[in-house]
Amino acid sequence: MSIQKGSDESEKSEQGLEKREYSVGEILKKRGVSRRDFLKFCTAMTAAMSLPASFAPSVAQALDEVKRPTLVWLNFQDCTGDTEALLRSANPTVGEIILDILSVDYHETIMAAAGHQADEALENTITKYKGKYLCVVEGSISMKDGGVYGCTSGKTHLEIARRVCGGALATIAIGTCAAYGGIAAAVPNPTGAVGVKDAVPGATVINLPGCPCNADNLTATIVHYLVFNKIPAMDSKGRPLFAYGKRIHDNCERRPHFDAGQYVEHWGDDAHRKGFCLYKMGCKGPATFHNCPTQRYNEKTSWPVASGHGCAGCSEPQFWDTMSPLYRRLPHVPGFGIEATADKIGLGLVAGAGAAFAVHGALNALRKDKEPTETKEG
Amino acid sequence: MSESCKFKCYIWELPVRWCHWVNVLSIAILALTGFFIGNPVSFGSSASDFTMGWIRFVHFTAAYAFAVSVLSRMIWSLIGNKYSGWKEFFPIATASGREKMNKMLRYYMFVDKEVPETVGHNPLATTAYFALFLIYMLMILTGFSLYAEHAPGGVMHKSLGFMYALFSNQGMRLAHHASMWMIFGFIINHIYSAWLMDIKEHGSEISSMFSGYKFTVKKEK
Repeated sequence: MSIQKGSDESEKSEQGLEKREYSVGEILKKRGVSRRDFLKFCTAMTAAMSLPASFAPSVAQALDEVKRPTLVWLNFQDCTGDTEALLRSANPTVGEIILDILSVDYHETIMAAAGHQADEALENTITKYKGKYLCVVEGSISMKDGGVYGCTSGKTHLEIARRVCGGALATIAIGTCAAYGGIAAAVPNPTGAVGVKDAVPGATVINLPGCPCNADNLTATIVHYLVFNKIPAMDSKGRPLFAYGKRIHDNCERRPHFDAGQYVEHWGDDAHRKGFCLYKMGCKGPATFHNCPTQRYNEKTSWPVASGHGCAGCSEPQFWDTMSPLYRRLPHVPGFGIEATADKIGLGLVAGAGAAFAVHGALNALRKDKEPTETKEG
Repeated sequence: MSESCKFKCYIWELPVRWCHWVNVLSIAILALTGFFIGNPVSFGSSASDFTMGWIRFVHFTAAYAFAVSVLSRMIWSLIGNKYSGWKEFFPIATASGREKMNKMLRYYMFVDKEVPETVGHNPLATTAYFALFLIYMLMILTGFSLYAEHAPGGVMHKSLGFMYALFSNQGMRLAHHASMWMIFGFIINHIYSAWLMDIKEHGSEISSMFSGYKFTVKKEK
């Protein structure tokens, strides 16, 4: 475990003034975060990272000493939902401040600079901190026709992503669009939208899918980097295991109702009011890996299943195509009509086979045929 | 009707019969419990019940029995007698096999009147069995891939990693569900054909699956 120690380092700026970089702990202190709240935050983050509680002091120590990392935030083909999820929390939290005090040198949605000034800020950051800055990407990248369907300041998103993500220490693809193309990539995908890893295969990408991504998972990922100075362990889909290592269904608060055999049959029925399992209403919890049931959204207030709606599977690749229809257990069978379920087609197949063999049997009963004899080879 | 005395031939060895009936039993249990898992009925009267839990337990247990049975049959096709050998499943690959298939097809299509005698497997049936075997493999692989998701990173989940790359999660569910209907279609065909050939051939086709013996006019060594 190596920690960036930087609180005592100084450097001269162009104007000859002493510029001092503060540690995360110092900045929090200046912001009026009490030591108690800071330690509580460290403990919560330790839990979010699926580390044992004994790691909390190490997390606190590391955050006390570490320099704030430089971060640029790129918005591509998106709805800014992940920025919203991050900014619109009810109360300012330590987690929010942690993100706030990150040296966010470029964020189109919230930065004061505009136009050429903004371009310059990005350019300066990626040149000065080449290979050292973190990049957060929100939104999918259009690949079709040279990427002309998504441009910022005259440059295609593909071009920007290759340049910015290619030179970053690591890229955090926040939200399902940035991770896997998301809704923009749904069939027929008119813009050829893909996630960051597909657009810039050489980049180190941490996928934080979700629609929106839970801001806690972003904070935990950054804290993980600050504490361990490396990116977290990830699954085959490039998602941190601490947040996407378990299936929603296996951590769901309604799971006892699933095992018991108590299901919501219709919206608003008695079972729905009693909070029974939403399996029959098409909940995709059994097909989705995310920490929603434990981490929850908006200061751990709630998450879809808690509020009575099934999981939509938003953190899985191609969720828009593979998880629909949202209110049915199984997808439609490709090539058949929209209302054709696997069961209807299967019943048709079985009925057809039954009818065909019944006719065959009847014809066989009527015909006179010759039993095998010695003279003929079988 | 044939007046000739028939030869008693030992065709189906014990492992072949065992695998057949284990498959029958496990498929029946798997289909029944699978239907329930796909579209459950609210049997539970309190949250401390375990209806779905037990049904899934039975499904998984039957799945293990089925997988072991299919695997054993594959191994037996390498070590058993010639009637159980793997070559039986590809009659289309040999000239004599194709001729037998053709005869059988002509009989089924009401072209020929003479019932073709088959000492071991019906060549049309084994061709269907190969397709069925592929469906079994799809069933076993999708089933265990879905099952393994309760323990991501475990041995089973890791060794089935290629399945998660090939299929979306819901795609696996659909394939698992649709394959069951295909097996149903096969079962109708299978029972009908066995019943038909038992009547027409007088070789005790159906009871051979219990005893292992068939009765043939032609003696094979």
